[in-house]
Amino acid sequence: MGLKVIVLAKQVPDTRNVGKDAMKADGTVNRAALPAIFNPEDLNALEQALRLKDRYPGTEVTILTMGPGRAADIIREGLFRGADDGYLLTDRAFAGSDTLATSYAISCAIKKMNGVDLIIAGRQAIDGDTAQVGPQVAEKLGLPQVTYAEEVLSVDKDKMVIKRRLERGVETVEMPLPGVITVNASAPDCRPRNAKLTMKFKHAKTITERQGEAEDYIDMTADRPYLNIAEMSVNDIDSDAKWLGLTGSPTKVKKIENVVFQAKESKRLTPSDEEIDELMKDLIANHTIG
Amino acid sequence: MNSIFVICEIEEGKVADVSLELMTKGRSLANELKCKLEALVLGHNLKGVEKELYPFGADVVHIGDDARLDPYTTLPHTSVIVELFEKEQPQIALLGASTFGRDLGPRVSSALQSGLTADCTSLVIGDHEDKKAKKEYKDLLYQIRPAFGGNIVATIINPDCRPQMATVREGVMKKEVYDAAYKGKVNKLDIDKMLKPEDLVVKVIERHMEKSKVNIKNSSIIVAGGYGVGSKENFAQLEELAHVLGGEVGASRAAVDAGYASHERQIGQTGVTVRPKLYIACGISGQIQHTAGMEESAMIIAINNDPNAPINKIADYVITGDLGAVVPKLIKFYKKNTK
Repeated sequence: MGLKVIVLAKQVPDTRNVGKDAMKADGTVNRAALPAIFNPEDLNALEQALRLKDRYPGTEVTILTMGPGRAADIIREGLFRGADDGYLLTDRAFAGSDTLATSYAISCAIKKMNGVDLIIAGRQAIDGDTAQVGPQVAEKLGLPQVTYAEEVLSVDKDKMVIKRRLERGVETVEMPLPGVITVNASAPDCRPRNAKLTMKFKHAKTITERQGEAEDYIDMTADRPYLNIAEMSVNDIDSDAKWLGLTGSPTKVKKIENVVFQAKESKRLTPSDEEIDELMKDLIANHTIG
Repeated sequence: MNSIFVICEIEEGKVADVSLELMTKGRSLANELKCKLEALVLGHNLKGVEKELYPFGADVVHIGDDARLDPYTTLPHTSVIVELFEKEQPQIALLGASTFGRDLGPRVSSALQSGLTADCTSLVIGDHEDKKAKKEYKDLLYQIRPAFGGNIVATIINPDCRPQMATVREGVMKKEVYDAAYKGKVNKLDIDKMLKPEDLVVKVIERHMEKSKVNIKNSSIIVAGGYGVGSKENFAQLEELAHVLGGEVGASRAAVDAGYASHERQIGQTGVTVRPKLYIACGISGQIQHTAGMEESAMIIAINNDPNAPINKIADYVITGDLGAVVPKLIKFYKKNTK
């Protein structure tokens, strides 16, 4: 029983390791100073997909990402770890999309793909932390959803059983297929790159990447079709322009502020015995502690 | 003017704290906008639930009481809310940024094609001028949240789509009874007419709920560690300090991501919001995502190697030095002075 699995993945700036040069003088984010990475929870999602492939031979794992041309990097990363193929959804028409416009574009792309049994996404991306795209894609496709998934327990031909991790406990749910699940960071980590697959897919590229290359690899891809990463533009999906990009985004950013703290008047202490002793005496005297 | 709705969550038979916190916020927004505040509760065996909500200023409590709405699953809740909202046309809809609200909110917003802002830390009313379209908007909901790893604070608006939807985490807003004698009215929903068979395809097989063992939200003393703590072993020192002071250990997101502490101890925008009497921040630089969850602490002590760490700006006491040296001294001199 092979399943068709689509993994939704996003390339994100690594907001966890923000250095001092992350903000420009004018208060905007200096994207160039932040390394672009595979969104961490999307890797947890990929692992769940790869586990289904291990368990059910014939399962195909396809990565779908929306972003600029360089987002092809995460499709390659997925191929190195065991995905079968990938699609890069890229077009200026998608620029400025909020979660709803993003979900609309992704759902239109999925409709163009070759059928799907299961869509797996990370719970949320670290640049926005919204956790909205998974459920919104499900709604746009009219599919059921299970969020906060930690493990796929079993799969039948038309349904699956999933363990969810909630704030105060664990829930086991059954969802019919096709459906959408979003995966938490508490799910198992993604397996590392596989050496053989890394060799095999080292030269996997999108058409745009190939066109920009000095070296001509066209001969190489003629008998290796798996080295072509499919690119989809707005012309490849059936979409209504009014739901795309900035126009299709109900939420607008009114204002962005760089973070500046209001300085309090703080007492500066050194770690000397006397000063720490004094601090403790003060805190006990004013009943903060003790 | 159209109403403000709070989509309430039921926890162990009662309205969840986060929903009551949003009722408090919703009431003050409703007073400002001179509109009604309405609560929506879906579940089973909800008899008398309106009495929990009236004191928070609910003008109307919509109740959908049906076995098919408990335990919560996404699709039936979505169908009922979408149908009700299409009829009632609320201008604002708020829900908790819990697993419930973050599962349900996006689904509803997608079905209604309305905007949703997740994990807001502040909600205020304001105007907006779209210079390009030469349009002016009065009394929009400013949905304010940190973004981009906490390096920026963004104000989000939904100029044209309704409802303006936002989720807020538990503890961010204050829960306050508005008027103990306040009376609204009940609107019972005819759930049978609102559900379709295909809404019931996802089944909860088992639920295993447990009370959270960690209770940092209600602790009056918190010793929190950041990435600067350096290792899980060093975190044990913070635990000792917390234990000695009778408090709990908290952590920044960076410390949780690094595996030094468990997720349930995370303080900040994507964790818990706390307001203890004393907050000792150890090796925490002070990204706004973290400070959003603790800046209302009555007293803050920051211990950091970096004399210019942003957290120092909101601290009452700044100790510049090595944690490995400072923390044991805090323990030592606390013991000395309490004996």
